[in-house]
Amino acid sequence: MIRITRKVEFSASHFYHNPNFSVEENRRVFGKCNNPHGHGHNYTLEVTIAGEPDPATGMVLDLKELKELLEREVMDRMDHRHLNYEVPELAGKIPTCENIAEVIWQLLEPKITRGKLDRVRLYESPSLFADCTAGSASTNGAGKRA
Amino acid sequence: MKMSLTRRYDFAASHRLHAPKLSAEENQRIYGKCNNPYGHGHNYALEVTVTGPIDPATGMVANLGDLDPFVEREVLAAFDQKNLNEEVAQFRTEVPTTENVCREIFRRLQNFPAARLERVRIEETSKNSFEIGAEDFA
Repeated sequence: MIRITRKVEFSASHFYHNPNFSVEENRRVFGKCNNPHGHGHNYTLEVTIAGEPDPATGMVLDLKELKELLEREVMDRMDHRHLNYEVPELAGKIPTCENIAEVIWQLLEPKITRGKLDRVRLYESPSLFADCTAGSASTNGAGKRA
Repeated sequence: MKMSLTRRYDFAASHRLHAPKLSAEENQRIYGKCNNPYGHGHNYALEVTVTGPIDPATGMVANLGDLDPFVEREVLAAFDQKNLNEEVAQFRTEVPTTENVCREIFRRLQNFPAARLERVRIEETSKNSFEIGAEDFA
């Protein structure tokens, strides 16, 4: 099996706020990210497709097709947007790196025509990224929270 | 679908690779320049990966407000701007290769309460990296 990865970058604004939390709780849990005026990031998205190369073309998935898919599903939706207000798939969710990666996975996964979506890696900054992978959720561990 | 979060930290430390059970010649042959008795240092980059379900209330696998102070307390406070051989107890008896540093950092972080530690990865230089996963640690 071969894995191929395509990278795109987009810029967007967001803030973190849970309407079920008090003002103080929002501030405590989300810190600076709770600023209601929002703030922004340059996101880097890496999308990995796994599969066997087609003997006729030598390709797992035509990168041109993947590029167009990312343009349509991710860039058109999220680039230069406010993630709290302008992306319907994120409505009611806090637009963390984890939730954005999950939405991108759900948008892309059914539209991959050759191979399988293997990983969605979303960098919010060079020091923070979320990985959404094909592994089963049951391997996630307890995930108990402090 | 499985979700993980990776956070990158930096620390600078000195070390010397020297196995006391080996002869001076063997140490020199095996570790080369890294056996210099005065030690040398690196800017290490540490990547910590945790995994778990996304908490619907926060949208997070782990809150950096919990992870950052935990890593600071358990690792960075003990490793940053230190001599690993002299100042980290584990490396008084174990050679502080980056393989062993990976294992020691995994040990220190494995009880992070808010999500499951999945991987510790260290870049010793821009050319060398080492990693240990939860499946390797048992």
